[in-house]
Amino acid sequence: MTLADRVMDRSEVVEESRWRRLVPTPKVAIVAGVAALVGYLALVPLGYLFWGTFFDNEGLEFGGFRRAYGNDRMGELLQNSLSFAIGAAVLSLTVGTTLAYLNVRTAVPFKALFFAASIVPLIVPGILYTISWIFLASPDIGLLNTALEPIFGSAPLDIFTIWGMIWVEGLHSSPIVFLLMVAAFRSMDPSLEESALMSGATRLQTLRKVTLPLVRPALLSSVLIILITSLESFEVPALLGLQNNIYVFTSRIYFVLRTYPPDLAAAGALAVGLLLIAVTGVAISRLLAGRGSGTFQTITGKGFRPRPMDLGRWKPVVGTGILLYFSATVLAPLLVLVYTSLLPFYRKPSMDVFSALTTDNYVELLHLDQAQTALRNSLMLGVGTATLVMAVMAIAAWIAIRSRIPGRGVLEQLTFIPLVIPGLVLGLALSFVYLRSPIPIYGTMFILLIAYCTKYMPYGMRYATTSMGQISSELEESALVSGASWWKTFRRVLLPLLAPGILAGWVYILVVSFRELSSSILLYSPGNEVLSILIFEQYENGQFTVLAALGVVMVLTLVVLVTIAYKIGARVGLRND
Amino acid sequence: MLNIEKLVKSFAGEKARGRRRGDAQAAVFAVNDVSFEVKEGELFTLLGPSGCGKTTTLRSIAGLEHPDSGRITVGDRVMFQRGGDHGRSVNLPANQRGLGMVFQSYAIWPHMSVFDNVAFPLQVRKRSERPSKAQITERVDRVLETMELTPQASRQATKLSGGQQQRLALARALVIEPPLLLLDEPLSNLDAKLRESLRYELKRLQRELGITAIYVTHDQIEALALSNKIAVMTAGEVVQLGKPREVYESPANKFVAEFIGTSNFMPGTIGARDAEHLTVETANGKLYLQSAAQLVVGDEVVVSIRPEAVELSRTSLGAVKNEWSGKVVARAFLGDAVDHVVAVGKQELRVRVNPSVSIEPGSEVYLRLDPTKISLVPVG
Ligand SMILES: Nc1ncnc2c1ncn2[C@@H]1O[C@H](COP(=O)(O)OP(=O)(O)O)[C@@H](O)[C@H]1O
Ligand SMILES: [Mg+2]
Repeated sequence: MTLADRVMDRSEVVEESRWRRLVPTPKVAIVAGVAALVGYLALVPLGYLFWGTFFDNEGLEFGGFRRAYGNDRMGELLQNSLSFAIGAAVLSLTVGTTLAYLNVRTAVPFKALFFAASIVPLIVPGILYTISWIFLASPDIGLLNTALEPIFGSAPLDIFTIWGMIWVEGLHSSPIVFLLMVAAFRSMDPSLEESALMSGATRLQTLRKVTLPLVRPALLSSVLIILITSLESFEVPALLGLQNNIYVFTSRIYFVLRTYPPDLAAAGALAVGLLLIAVTGVAISRLLAGRGSGTFQTITGKGFRPRPMDLGRWKPVVGTGILLYFSATVLAPLLVLVYTSLLPFYRKPSMDVFSALTTDNYVELLHLDQAQTALRNSLMLGVGTATLVMAVMAIAAWIAIRSRIPGRGVLEQLTFIPLVIPGLVLGLALSFVYLRSPIPIYGTMFILLIAYCTKYMPYGMRYATTSMGQISSELEESALVSGASWWKTFRRVLLPLLAPGILAGWVYILVVSFRELSSSILLYSPGNEVLSILIFEQYENGQFTVLAALGVVMVLTLVVLVTIAYKIGARVGLRND
Repeated sequence: MLNIEKLVKSFAGEKARGRRRGDAQAAVFAVNDVSFEVKEGELFTLLGPSGCGKTTTLRSIAGLEHPDSGRITVGDRVMFQRGGDHGRSVNLPANQRGLGMVFQSYAIWPHMSVFDNVAFPLQVRKRSERPSKAQITERVDRVLETMELTPQASRQATKLSGGQQQRLALARALVIEPPLLLLDEPLSNLDAKLRESLRYELKRLQRELGITAIYVTHDQIEALALSNKIAVMTAGEVVQLGKPREVYESPANKFVAEFIGTSNFMPGTIGARDAEHLTVETANGKLYLQSAAQLVVGDEVVVSIRPEAVELSRTSLGAVKNEWSGKVVARAFLGDAVDHVVAVGKQELRVRVNPSVSIEPGSEVYLRLDPTKISLVPVG
């Protein structure tokens, strides 16, 4: 056979295999399956939400909107939601940025405390944090009020106000801002500030004209993240606002659904409104960030030597401030939880009380079937969600980053859609889907699993794409060249290389699923409560002491999980944020 | 103009994790008892390998680093003094020293235009000392003109090329007309070609504007080309201070000779001496050279021979001094010169000659060593 013949021969083989591709190979089947799954999870709930909101049996109708926003409720809702979100953003931004600046740029005392405080949002779920602050600052039972009453004559603090809501949400979010801003300050060349000093600028001028403008992108994304998380926040407005009829979108949705009969259309109308605000927020920040980005690329990649500046006579003042911050964000909420968990019934502290501390509540937990079921449910859902999400997202990340399949960009976008869907809205949308669908999973754990998978899909995708990006595509190509099939290459070469990143993502999703509340609250049914739901129920029933014990158990479990996550994350060089 | 006396700056050692306090705290003396003086209008260079304390010295002058002890004065202003017999401690903050500085990374503010970058030092002055808007514009325009940046004035600072960014950094440092300009490796971020042309540009500007400047570099060629005076540093100390020619031709020790250019070293002992001539006995034969060093017959010395101080030819000139014979081992064409490695006895010498004299490896050659260009460096 001549060379030309052989070449001809080869081309026929290629031709043939192209035909064979129409029959699904494992690669085609897997890729198509993953794409369909992602599309289903991201789009179907939204579709049903809009359908259920705008249409009933008779066709298009706006009754839901009238009932949701009528009677001037629209203005009040908007005002409360925005003051709450903006207030929390201002508080957390101020606190978080100040702490980050002090930490990176100055020789501030107690540096270890900063990072201890920064993991609080991970290990103390919002619901426990809110309840702790009720124990601290409610007008009736708040410990701080007890302490301050002799001085002021009456209880000076009231957590059940919009200010209380802002305080709790803002403090709980400040560590997120802190971590984002620490990264921003660290990546900024200190000589940019030093050259301002050399130009004769004072510290304040340097801060205002050089430092802050340079970290503007990080500031903007922090604002956005906090605004959206506060708008989506359910536990703070529900536990603190409902008491005095301060409604925001989320608590209104919950309220509308809790009354009998539940008004699904009105809840849908509220959910659509909230979704619109969230999407607008994201769009605006993209616009703002887009305008500034590129400009700041000069923040050079050289390794900088940290040159912390001396605080001089301000050191004691700043040190005191940090101790106060640490007490308020970490110590007080955790201590009050532990204290309450050791009481036979809720009381203010006194000598008698301390002598009567008991571990009865923990013993009771051991005998409380509900608690054990909830703990098991939470763990099972966490493990299930983490496994499913990471498995599917590993393939989705491959499609998005490595393949040349048309539409891969759309797939990536789809995986990030749930990021703007508030948890409560997702819960509502899913109940729209499965109340109408013939699939009988409403009222089972499966619907929670679907909710969690949807909600944490973006995080899984982030972990998977980041670690996929770190692996040279040549490693994969050389496996293909040596004759391995696509699936073999994926399993034998890519997965092992991805494993550390996937594992880090797995633990992170386990942690966040373990404490999920806002989607679960609309989807659970008696018998399949998860931990956070049980805590919520116990709070409503006034079982404070058992609740506190359960909370302590939950925090301890999370500490273990988060420690593992950090260990793995550090080993892989990924951060858990 | 600038006076540095007994400057010392140490850094606490990095705290090694898991170690006990005591042994983790070994301090690094980044600057160890450094003194020098810079005269008005001089370009003074701190030269030394990376990590020898040049930047730390410069930052101490700038006020960005807080020295342990010593004294820094600019003109009759005391910028810093502490310890020793200096009297009351003084440490003027960086933003009150009024000096100009060009950073290694240029530290151009990316969120400002070229004009705003240069105007900044004037705009941040105290209200009572701040020039009017019109004056600021005028002064900035003038500096931009000098730096040939006028066409770029309204551009975003980050859109400039490397060389333009360097000139912008210089413009910003000069706009306040500082008595002293501090430059930390200002050319090290540029590619080789640009570096060379900017070197002469910098020298011209400095001379024309009559600026007093301290220039930090680890590049000996840069230092030799630019400076009026060089301080060679190693391990936090100044080991030689002098004019570029002096430092090159009579290095104070082996480190300087090795660091500044390449050199051939040869041990020997003093054989004979008269008023200004010395004979050194080496393994390869006698060497005659000029030296005023206080040495007596029998002293051990090391001879330093620069590669370009050697003349190479195929034929002997007969009875001249300092002529040795050897054999070419290797040859490398460098464009403007040709390097030969020549074996003389047991030693190999590096010889750099004009490209017209290129001798293939294996040839027998004669080397003639210029007595005025051979220097002695102290042993050790
Ligand atoms: N902020 C710092 N902390 C600890 N050590 C430092 C610091 N700055 C400089 N050093 C040390 O001081 C020595 C001199 O550094 P530097 O002045 O930057 O050297 P050069 O500019 O000559 O390369 C080095 O050993 C360096 O590691
Ligand atoms: Mg340096």
